[in-house]
Amino acid sequence: MTELVSRPSLAVELAGMHLRNPVMPASGTFGYGQEFTPYLDLEGIGALVTKGVSLHPKAGNPTPRIAETSAGMLNAIGLQNVGIEAFVRDKVPFLERINTPVVVNFFGNTLDEYEQVAARLSDVSVVRAVELNISCPNVKQGGIVFGTDPVAAAQVVERVRRQLKIPLIVKLTPNVTDIRVMARAVEEAGADVISCINTLTGMAVDLKRKRLHLANGTGGLSGPAIKPVALRLVYQVVRSVSIPVIGIGGIMTAEDALEFLLVGARAVQVGTANLVRPGIMAEIVAGIETYCQHQGIADINDWIGSLNEE
Amino acid sequence: MNDLQTSVLYNREIAPGYYRLGLLAPGYPEQAVPGQFVMVQIQSQNDPLLRRPFGIFNVGTLPPLCSGLPERDYVELVYKVVGRGTRLMSALQEGDAVRLLGPLGQGFDCNTTAGPPLLVGGGIGVVPLFMLACNLVKQTQPVRLLMGGRRCDDVLAVTEFERLGVETYVATDDGSLGEQGLVTQVLERKLKKYPTARVYACGPMPMLKAVHDICVRHEVALQVSLEALMACGIGACLGCVVPGRRHRSDQPDYRCTCKQGPVFDARDLSWEVDHD
Repeated sequence: MTELVSRPSLAVELAGMHLRNPVMPASGTFGYGQEFTPYLDLEGIGALVTKGVSLHPKAGNPTPRIAETSAGMLNAIGLQNVGIEAFVRDKVPFLERINTPVVVNFFGNTLDEYEQVAARLSDVSVVRAVELNISCPNVKQGGIVFGTDPVAAAQVVERVRRQLKIPLIVKLTPNVTDIRVMARAVEEAGADVISCINTLTGMAVDLKRKRLHLANGTGGLSGPAIKPVALRLVYQVVRSVSIPVIGIGGIMTAEDALEFLLVGARAVQVGTANLVRPGIMAEIVAGIETYCQHQGIADINDWIGSLNEE
Repeated sequence: MNDLQTSVLYNREIAPGYYRLGLLAPGYPEQAVPGQFVMVQIQSQNDPLLRRPFGIFNVGTLPPLCSGLPERDYVELVYKVVGRGTRLMSALQEGDAVRLLGPLGQGFDCNTTAGPPLLVGGGIGVVPLFMLACNLVKQTQPVRLLMGGRRCDDVLAVTEFERLGVETYVATDDGSLGEQGLVTQVLERKLKKYPTARVYACGPMPMLKAVHDICVRHEVALQVSLEALMACGIGACLGCVVPGRRHRSDQPDYRCTCKQGPVFDARDLSWEVDHD
């Protein structure tokens, strides 16, 4: 019989950051946090990951930018954001009041831009870690160009790493032949943590208008439809590097999160689910806690990577 | 604003393909303002995944089921079956569970005292104008509704507006109800008669664009309520943006329909873009 645990510890360490639990939002599904305050206690999640920011403001793609698919959605927002200076001026003061580690996702069009944003973010005291986006499928320049070639990825990681005094998380795309090659390349180049996966490139057709549904043509598929693919890739990445991995992809429930942790992810990011249920991360944290209580797991770190593989 | 687990009071077909859905909604009569919307999730499975946005038709309070019980606040939505989500919604029955996020967004500014109000609705776009009319008739008389639709089945709730004391004028494309033609022709005539009017409009984008052009020409104030594809409804996904007045590709001025809208002062939007 399993022993009931009244107060299991959900805390995890991520590159020197102490997280109260392993649940955080995926960038781009959580705005800058403020939008969720009516529905969610931002001090009940492990970390707060903000919408990708770039050196200059970015308009993003024309509309339609989203399409619903079977158990998922496609998005081609195109990294619309206010730019680094407006981010620091307008969004950081709110983030400073929240007692939760802040991770800022960022991207650039060129190596220089990646470097400049990293240097700027490294000086902002509220930013505890950055997440390097080399995996957005929805913009022509930057993003995916670096994320699909191990040499280019290593180069951007190395250059960004030199600008930083804080941990560097590198977010990988699933849209490659072998994600393990990418994972090893960014680990070698100095990444402290890997987060994966970003969205899978997809397409939706509007039969009635005989056109592609999204103005951008293609978009990134997310939601529960991609979870099995994400689990497989997280599993592979965990086994090819020695740095911690954050699992992402279609997490809707505590059970989903527990599956990613079981295959070896140190933490998880919840994405599309936030758009459907803005309070869902609190439910996922509570569900993980209940599961640990019932299964006699005193410390979530005992669960992480404890998959039976005979 | 909150995310309620609630239940269906009624779900009636009021015209072919159009339904009127009543949901228990504690707090809505105090919180909701005309022009706001809600996001509805009809089941907890993952497919369909996203909630659907619906304009608020009306809010109110029903008497207790029996003495000693509290009164029951409700919200009423009117929707058209257009796809899989609304088709599933049309099967909802009394007592079924739904999740209700709202009330969301910026509603109509109805505190302005200038000019007689003209409400312009196209098809299902009439929905947010009803609660607006309920508010306006308390402040000023007369309130006028100009209502357009493809055919008579697309002209909804006219008798309810009339019951409020709203003067209604109907135009249909095929002449099956009211005059034959576009609602914008009616608007032209009314603005000649009431040159100081203020206009509130909701309907398909081509209609709103035409209404905007007419209002610019007549130099009258216009508030529009927009529809958009939405994933979250709270300004996080940036899926529902519309270009604002100062929008340029290198100097983005996108506004979220869900957060800064769905009601906008027409002057705050860019009308140059090709909407479809």
